[in-house]
Amino acid sequence: MASGATYTPIATTTLGSAANSVTFSSIPSTYQDLVLVINYGQTSGANGFSVQFNGDTGTNYSGTTINGNGSSASSSRYTSANCVDIAENLGSTTLGASTIIAHFMNYANTSTYKTVLSRGGNAATVTQALVGLWRNTSAINQMIISLGGAFTSTPTALAGSTFTLYGIASA
Amino acid sequence: MANPTLFQLATTTVGSGGASSVTFSSIPATYTDLVVKASIRTDSASNLTGLITLNGSSSSFSFRQLEGNGASVASYNGTTNATNTENGTGTTASTFSSFEFYFPNYTSANNKSFSIDSVTENNATTAYADLTANLWSNTAAITSIALAPGSTANFAQYSTFYLYGIKNS
Repeated sequence: MASGATYTPIATTTLGSAANSVTFSSIPSTYQDLVLVINYGQTSGANGFSVQFNGDTGTNYSGTTINGNGSSASSSRYTSANCVDIAENLGSTTLGASTIIAHFMNYANTSTYKTVLSRGGNAATVTQALVGLWRNTSAINQMIISLGGAFTSTPTALAGSTFTLYGIASA
Repeated sequence: MANPTLFQLATTTVGSGGASSVTFSSIPATYTDLVVKASIRTDSASNLTGLITLNGSSSSFSFRQLEGNGASVASYNGTTNATNTENGTGTTASTFSSFEFYFPNYTSANNKSFSIDSVTENNATTAYADLTANLWSNTAAITSIALAPGSTANFAQYSTFYLYGIKNS
């Protein structure tokens, strides 16, 4: 078996009880990109996840979504938001049925704003691709990942939902 | 700092005779997620939709797909083991579709969700980009993944398939 060497796990969380958010702090600046993988269910409703970086709750986020619900396609956009969406309205109450894979490019570059490209899917709800922007040149060192972008106690992801952050090295 | 954890588990390159399917079997349960990256062309005159089999099963699958063809975008759903559109012989020569399959938590006791992203490029008016959310309603750990081109076609020579395991610790 040959081995490669690009994905490095930085942090992983498996919810022990239902919760709205997961925080990854002290993210090192030693990688080129970050990849966040979420596999989840929720106690009720159909939500995606949103992210705030470095504790920034200002209206410094924007994004665009293309979405397919199984019968029609649509696109939507938001600006001057207080978080960036990495998935929208795709959750279900089935644990593990919803998956999000988000790529944060050049997250440690201190000259450019930060972009995220993500994929969300649930075979019973929607499949989608999203792009997002955080208008800040700081290196990303913290992510608060909240179901429904609520950043409060509800809605909640089910116990057993998994969140893993990987670092991708450029060489 | 944790160790890097993207491991190449198996590779297949289709030879001159073509291949009716490609199977990765005896997949160890020691990783968190699986990724298959594939470069696919078939010997069919039409652009076929591929098929996936997990642990030998072709049942209990469902999907939602978003597809753009260069002129419009549409969304579909179904309850088959179909994957995405593949380059056939009617498309630009030497052009292969790019596929990525992602299987999170493939050993969990939950039903298995996975995603398929692909493009079928073609120097013509119509080409396809597909994003699909899939579910295999089965709680068994995934131990084998088989891909077939669909219909009675074969994967063309030089099609490649790479299986990777990712650990979260």
